[in-house]
Amino acid sequence: MNGNLFTPLRNGQVLEEEKIPVLGTVNAFTEYLGLAMAEGFRLAAYFGRRIDGQVKLYALLADDEDGRLWMGAAYASESFPSLASRFPQSHLFEREIHEQFGLLPVGHPWLKSVRLGSPDATSFFRMDGDEVHEVAVGPVHAGIIEPGHFRFQCHGENVFHLEIQLGYQHRGVESLLETLPFSRVPFVVDSIAGDTTLGHSLAWAMGWESLGGARVSARAEALRAVALELERLANHTGDLGAMSGDVAFLPSASYFGRLRGDFLNMLLELTGARLGRGFLRPGGVTDDLPAGMAEEFGKRLKVLRRDLRDAAGLFFETPSVSARLEGTGILTPETCRDLGLVGPVARACGLARDVRQDHPFGYYRFNHPPTVTVEGGDVYARAMVRWLEIERSLDFVSSQIESLPGGELRGECGPLAPDRVGVSLVEGWRGEILHVVMTDRDGKIARYKVKDPSFHNWTGLSQSLRGQSVSDFPLINKSFNLSYAGHDL
Amino acid sequence: MIWDLLKARWRQGHRTVKFPGPVALPERFRGRPAVDASKCTDDCRACAEVCPTGAVKPGKPVALDLGKCLFCRECAAACSRGAVSFTRDIAMAARRREDLMISSREMDLARALDGKARKLFGRSLKLRQVAAGDCSGCAVEVAVLNTVVFDLARFGIQFVASPRHADGLLVTGPVTDNMREAMKKTYEAVPAPKLVIAVGACAISGGPFAGSPKVHDGAESTLPVDLFIPGCPPHPLTTLDGLLRLLGRIESK
Repeated sequence: MNGNLFTPLRNGQVLEEEKIPVLGTVNAFTEYLGLAMAEGFRLAAYFGRRIDGQVKLYALLADDEDGRLWMGAAYASESFPSLASRFPQSHLFEREIHEQFGLLPVGHPWLKSVRLGSPDATSFFRMDGDEVHEVAVGPVHAGIIEPGHFRFQCHGENVFHLEIQLGYQHRGVESLLETLPFSRVPFVVDSIAGDTTLGHSLAWAMGWESLGGARVSARAEALRAVALELERLANHTGDLGAMSGDVAFLPSASYFGRLRGDFLNMLLELTGARLGRGFLRPGGVTDDLPAGMAEEFGKRLKVLRRDLRDAAGLFFETPSVSARLEGTGILTPETCRDLGLVGPVARACGLARDVRQDHPFGYYRFNHPPTVTVEGGDVYARAMVRWLEIERSLDFVSSQIESLPGGELRGECGPLAPDRVGVSLVEGWRGEILHVVMTDRDGKIARYKVKDPSFHNWTGLSQSLRGQSVSDFPLINKSFNLSYAGHDL
Repeated sequence: MIWDLLKARWRQGHRTVKFPGPVALPERFRGRPAVDASKCTDDCRACAEVCPTGAVKPGKPVALDLGKCLFCRECAAACSRGAVSFTRDIAMAARRREDLMISSREMDLARALDGKARKLFGRSLKLRQVAAGDCSGCAVEVAVLNTVVFDLARFGIQFVASPRHADGLLVTGPVTDNMREAMKKTYEAVPAPKLVIAVGACAISGGPFAGSPKVHDGAESTLPVDLFIPGCPPHPLTTLDGLLRLLGRIESK
């Protein structure tokens, strides 16, 4: 972009706090953000930090084609101009800043609490009309699932609008990460979103390593990538099973359900826990994948691939299944771009957004599974993206474990450097996970920002419901399968 | 088409684990910890100092609170004498909070419901799960009980959508302030007599989130709890074992 006012950085890079340009006024700052988004930059993070009684706003813009991030800041007092009407991808970030710091985004079209921080959370957008009716669901809803409130404006079965209010899972993750003693920190990180333990703990470890000057061996990097792909395999497989269940196609529902567990059991063998808890630590990993286990995994992956192909074949080739998936819950690539969606949801709209390719990290700098895109943006496309990614991740894991590089499992990670900012991005199975760690002059954590991919994608879910039948909500919801805990923090 | 279905069905085979019965879990699996206090020396606090949640109480004998334990093995790694170790035993559910404090003597595992309650629930138990701030780790490991692998329904246990159809709640998560009211209302909607089962370190003690001003450090802050199932998250078999002990389908000594 011409006349760059922000400073460039790469994924996993550390910056001195003073190197981040501070724009003269908050108006100039948001104006610049608007110009950058108009040029196609993606707003990857936008958040505040309290410094000496003032609030400093930081923004991270992603240039996915160039593999660079651009960071800048400005001080704000009381208010800042909202960009949400022109650039909807900023809407939830602005609401979050409002909730966390009390700053008013002037001109925000739908300003209310993100995580139930204020009473406005219970006022919902309403449509008027003799035949318009509301459907309210949650926070406790059917099934073994996390809590959230869904408010539909309907005409008969047809959905005009869906508003999603979350925050029920809010545990105060960011402030815990800023205040807890280090011994507890890894466990809070493991529990940001329990189904994405490896994704979040990798982003955290990378940030820590960049500030602590740690070197991670090639072997540890490779094992991290293998574990992250196993997490992706387990969850994508589980999602296909859940979608099978929602269209009442029981054969593939039960097969995928079992196969998901087989991937978790491999993680159990490798890490000692089915969800991979405790495996990643700054400097490396805690457990090795010895030759015998690698050979056994290789054999098992072959059988798993065959069984997965059977289950996927039934699922994708049964006409009564396709009839339910095709044309349901459509998102256009334009909507996807406007809302800044990420992960398999974006790739199912034909957008090749994948951190492993765009901002490669760790082992993926040398080797990564090819990025998969599917056109269509419907439930079918989101299912198909997952299936194709399962095949790519199977290829990746199978080939990596055959020839793991050498190196120590876990190196030293020194104390965090003072007055630094570390930014790390990871392609978790739901999409882009972003962590920002900031230290004060004593090297203590001054601000810890976590962004789960669900933070972007929940708005995509509510858009995809427009004009759909309310009875298709469970299926469309499963095709997104977003994290409540990751959003609520 | 039908041949593809049958072929796949045949290849997928029979996948349900035999349970109750001996289960083989991999070497690195961290099941119920064991404490051998005879190996402790008088003023050693090594294990207690490294515990992220204060689950280890130093002293003679050293004691470990399974309700706070995250099964991270830091204590075992810190002890040079092997006084704390992790077994591969999945059984560790208890009826009383104090039974989760383990030391050298054998743990008091959950006993069956008595008399009338057992008669009511012993052969058919319907549960409503409430996630009250769980990271979803516990929720997904409970949901997996519905797969063909664990086949929960064969024991007459089922998760239902409405609390009105339920005999009790299965709570996961540290009970966030934002979810507390909804959890209470869900509990009130369950017809009496009713049970509450707390699954995971968060629901028992707040787990890694204990002490956060946004959470209430577990289900007991708000509801009477009948069964505690430790873990972070508990292995699905740990949960299944706990449920079956509660119903008297596995006898506890």
